Amino acid sequence: MDKSPQMSSPLPTQMARPDWLGLLARSRPAHLAALMPDPLPDHHLLRAPEIGAVMLRGRAGATGAPFNLGEMTVTRCSLRLSCGTVGHGYVQGRDKAHALRAAALDALLQTAAGEKLQSRILSPLAKAEAEARQTRAAKAAATKVEFFTLVRGEDA
Amino acid sequence: MYVAVKGGERAIDNAHAFLAEERRGDPSIAEIGTDQIREQLRLAVNRVMAEGSLYDPDLAALAIKQARGDLIEAVFLIRAYRTTLPRLGHAKPVETAQMAVTRRISATFKDAPGGQILGPTFDYTHRLLDFTLMANGEAPSAPQAITKAAPVPHITTFLGRDGLIEEARPDDTPPPDLTRQPMELPASRATRLQAITRGDEGFILSLAYSTQRGYGRTHAFVGELRIGLVEVEMDIPELGFTICIGEVELTECETVNQFKGSRTEPPQFTRGYGLTFGQNERKSIAMSLVDRALRWKELGEDFTGAPAQDEEFVLMHADNVQATGFLEHIKLPHYVDFQSELELIRKLRAEAMAQKEAAE
Repeated sequence: MDKSPQMSSPLPTQMARPDWLGLLARSRPAHLAALMPDPLPDHHLLRAPEIGAVMLRGRAGATGAPFNLGEMTVTRCSLRLSCGTVGHGYVQGRDKAHALRAAALDALLQTAAGEKLQSRILSPLAKAEAEARQTRAAKAAATKVEFFTLVRGEDA
Repeated sequence: MYVAVKGGERAIDNAHAFLAEERRGDPSIAEIGTDQIREQLRLAVNRVMAEGSLYDPDLAALAIKQARGDLIEAVFLIRAYRTTLPRLGHAKPVETAQMAVTRRISATFKDAPGGQILGPTFDYTHRLLDFTLMANGEAPSAPQAITKAAPVPHITTFLGRDGLIEEARPDDTPPPDLTRQPMELPASRATRLQAITRGDEGFILSLAYSTQRGYGRTHAFVGELRIGLVEVEMDIPELGFTICIGEVELTECETVNQFKGSRTEPPQFTRGYGLTFGQNERKSIAMSLVDRALRWKELGEDFTGAPAQDEEFVLMHADNVQATGFLEHIKLPHYVDFQSELELIRKLRAEAMAQKEAAE
């Protein structure tokens, strides 16, 4: 995973599988659906979309021993395309159609069609995410305190 | 004696219909959407997610609507829902050092690398009612500034470099999960942190305040408070590698506390830790104070009998779903229990009267 500060998403020409899976997990269901409208390619469901919870963890003092922080909703799905390629989708939230679409796209991205789909679907998703993060960071930056010291009596 | 009582079904059905109507309020006023609650009552949503112990803003908004704004009832609904979800596994501990901060302040270092970022805060507002919010105003927009992608390191790392503060040593002991195993006392720090982060904000706030007033004083400074988004990563067995499965907003607070030193440790600052779902800074600060107060034994401090130092008292009373369940059950029918009490008191009174008469 990208470990650069501020979690800035790079916009590489070709994304690696862990990166695209992460991007799909975080993407807005409506945005992905607009970029990848029905019908989905022929597929066989290996695991029908399933809503569940994942336990999140923190660390005492940010770096110490882990503790359970609370759960998060996640929906997952696995399928196999007619060509035999297997795709997995793990998305945040409870949108089954989103998980199914993510799994189908994960499979397609591994096929010969992958390169085209990277630019047609992944790039717009990554761009939207990068813009949203940049806007939020810029608003936060505008609230950064610029300290200045007033001239004190004895210095004047 | 067990007495089966039937009846009341019609009354219950009608009470629920009445509740639904009251929930809706005046039908001539537009109904509130859960998306409006999620976007415009976000701090209520955050509180319900934190105490409901489930990060899902849409569900928290629905719970708030269904509970008519009663946040403890909403937390109850979320807790009930989460029990229906299969557990898909656990994520890797979040890397709060990598947080995309929208707020980050330190009360201990003015010139902290990364800067003091105020973010969307109520601090420095005048707490005067803003009547323009009663009128339908324009959507306000926040100014933006050019950002430099600079790291925002944890403040404690600076003190740690000189050995002035205790280390939070890396450790990968799997934490106990109080949603799976009953809580055992004495509890580990991991159990305490889990119980406090899902505990009632009011209760944790009052305990933290009590330590500031002298009941288990720990002389806390907010070393750092940060709010922002962090990515959630999980090992996926069928993939054989780690992926990001989502992004959550968290509030983290680290306190720096006074410490005299002991036979084994040189004088150094100690730490309290708070981490909660959402923008939730009152809770996060309070959590770090209570965490620090509960560490008295490990740090070789005296037990002064203060409530915030008493692990059993804190952990057994922090959960508002448990508390409200036990508190409110006393309003439900106890006719048979009460009947036996009534018979007993009549008997005791008759005996007392008889003795009095005999004495006269």
